Amino acid sequence: MLINTIFSGFGGQGVLSMGYIFAYAAMSDGRNVTYLPSYGAEVRGGTANCTIVISDEEIASPVASSPEFVVVMNNPSLLRFQNVVQSGGIIFLNATMIDARPIRGDIELFEIPANDIAKELGNERVMNMVMLGFFIKKTGLVSREAVEKTLEDTFSPRGKTMVTLNKKAFMEGHNYD
Amino acid sequence: MRGNHVVAEAAIRAGCRFYFGYPITPQNETPEYMAAALSKLKDGVFIQAESELAAINMVIGGSMAGVRVMTSSSSPGISLKQEGISYLAALELPAVIVNMCRGGPGLGNIAPAQSDYFQATRGGGHGDYRNIVLAPSSCQELAELTMEAFDLADIYRIPVIILADGMLGQMMEPVEFPDHKNPKKLSPKDWALTGAKGRPGRVIRSLILDPVLEEEHNWKLMRKYERIQKKEVRYETFLLGDAKMAVVAFGTAARIAKGAVQKVREQGLKVGLLRPISLWPFPEKVLVELGKRVKLFFVFEMNMGQMVEDVRIALGRDGDIHFYGRPGGVVPTPLEISRIISSHYLRKRL
Amino acid sequence: MKKVFSRPRSLRKVPFHYCPGCGHSIIHRLVAEVIDEMGLREITIGVPPAGCAVLAYFYFDFDMGESPHGRGTALATGLKRALPDRLVFTYQGDGDIAAIGTAETIHTANRGENITALFINNACYGMTGGQMAPTTLLGQNTTTSPGGREGLRDGYPIRLSEMLALTDGSAYIERTAVNSPVNIRKTKKAIAKGFKVQMDGLGFSLIEIVSPCPTNWRMSSHEACQWIEKEIIQYYPLGVIKDVTKRGQGC
Repeated sequence: MLINTIFSGFGGQGVLSMGYIFAYAAMSDGRNVTYLPSYGAEVRGGTANCTIVISDEEIASPVASSPEFVVVMNNPSLLRFQNVVQSGGIIFLNATMIDARPIRGDIELFEIPANDIAKELGNERVMNMVMLGFFIKKTGLVSREAVEKTLEDTFSPRGKTMVTLNKKAFMEGHNYD
Repeated sequence: MRGNHVVAEAAIRAGCRFYFGYPITPQNETPEYMAAALSKLKDGVFIQAESELAAINMVIGGSMAGVRVMTSSSSPGISLKQEGISYLAALELPAVIVNMCRGGPGLGNIAPAQSDYFQATRGGGHGDYRNIVLAPSSCQELAELTMEAFDLADIYRIPVIILADGMLGQMMEPVEFPDHKNPKKLSPKDWALTGAKGRPGRVIRSLILDPVLEEEHNWKLMRKYERIQKKEVRYETFLLGDAKMAVVAFGTAARIAKGAVQKVREQGLKVGLLRPISLWPFPEKVLVELGKRVKLFFVFEMNMGQMVEDVRIALGRDGDIHFYGRPGGVVPTPLEISRIISSHYLRKRL
Repeated sequence: MKKVFSRPRSLRKVPFHYCPGCGHSIIHRLVAEVIDEMGLREITIGVPPAGCAVLAYFYFDFDMGESPHGRGTALATGLKRALPDRLVFTYQGDGDIAAIGTAETIHTANRGENITALFINNACYGMTGGQMAPTTLLGQNTTTSPGGREGLRDGYPIRLSEMLALTDGSAYIERTAVNSPVNIRKTKKAIAKGFKVQMDGLGFSLIEIVSPCPTNWRMSSHEACQWIEKEIIQYYPLGVIKDVTKRGQGC
């Protein structure tokens, strides 16, 4: 089984860290994984995306031709990636930031108001973890435990509150229906 | 682990304690990692030099002193280092130089490209010389080849270039590292400049005014290059056993090509992949052998056609060789490549 | 019979190839004498330049590593960092250190790199046939400043030593000459001081040595020595420019 996922949004929306945590959790689950970030000259405000490939076999290409899953955090990302998704694939859409909806009939759509939920938690920046929780729940690609462990490893150098906040955001997304 | 970090960690594990460099995207994570890691080691030295020129000359100095030393950069920076690389070759000094290649020519961009193949494999600077050029295609291989590069550099007293690209530098994959080597336990270099204690002064020089002696020096280098060509060719084959068509690609392009080969195999096309790992020495003989049973070749590179010239040299005029390139930092998808492969395959009615 | 004069251990038994009246032979001897007297031969690594003195390794009998043109101080940085307890010095001409290698020189001084640079100033490119150097005086005729150097066309003679004294990393900088017995003795002292500063780990030291080039100046040896006194030293005054071992003498 080989699964390609693209995470996409504004630079600063935490798109790369979303992908990183997903990739790291997949590695902890014992899968082969590649994480390929787009990297622009600008550090903030540009568009960012990353491609994560997970597989039980050796991974040939870290570049995805037509991903099974695409996570879009803003309007430009939807425009750019909606035609790339495989037929029968799924788009995960941040409903707070995106007004438009994909026009294709051969793909599935899951939406979540990630910013709104994050705002309720007191920090809009954790919208990425809300989305990640939602994405993991719907796809079941990696275990919840692996993600939680990854969140602890990643955020503990930045203090306990960060770990708690990000875990909470992740669970909010996970339980969203 | 990120590719640029992998290079740095592998260098330290190879016993390299000296890093001299200058910032340039997309490889900045390597000097950053080195700065942090070497500052924690008692014998570690990191200098952010004022220029690429200064950095490569610090490498020459370190190498003369007999220590394992590395620099890294990306295309425009590697151009600046060419003077020093020519001297390293002439002075027969070991060094490891990493090029996380980006789109060019000129300032180009910071996206992944393979446009420095000629520069790396043909020497790059002035004079008649070669570098060993290794082209990893995964983070794991980046770790292994970087460590191996230090050994090869020491064995042959030659600059070794790791030719990767921005994509490999930026992407992350799980990596298992080989064990650390203790720099104090590496075999001593009896040619290094250490001070003339109890012996006459030693000279490391490249100026040989007498043409006959300079010619002899060139012959000496050439004999070394011939030994390397005999012993150090590295490549990987993938599904070539029953193949009627062979794809040839290196580095990142080979990853994409491998994905493409898998796709066309699903359609029942008998296609395999040859991936040169050492770009110099180039696996010429392997291609000659392959050419006896495979009649159709397809070369894919992220440039306008550089390695394809080596493939043509190997296969000669009779080779049926097709090329597809995406220069400028564009990374095509496996699907795009698979379509081109199948159209060539089907047109030939193999 | 008592032997009163002999070849320094640090010099090989080969005759110098330098032109008659050239300062390199004198300076080579001074360097070798200082290294012998300080007992440093076995821990010395010299870095010769591209220029007339590129063949210095034929004369010095200690370890020598040739540098690309202008990169001497960067290369010496690599050597010294790898072998911090050795004496590492560069031997560079004016074109080498003050034109093509300016960036390397300034930044090596600025890092306080614990090496010594011997900067031979002969106001021209000697080896390539007497072209204009960064140190060529205004009005001085060279093959590439025919009719004399003009400041606004060719640039002004650069005062590298004074520039380097402004860097916080430089520890000892002195300008000397080898045009008279008195100045030669002072030059030897300056070289010894530079090496001592290095062995004491105080930072970057540089000795600029004004040296005659009768061949390219189209003068006799005697005239060349006089020309140094009358012209060069007027523009490039001799003396200690910076000395961190004496408080208040820096700038």
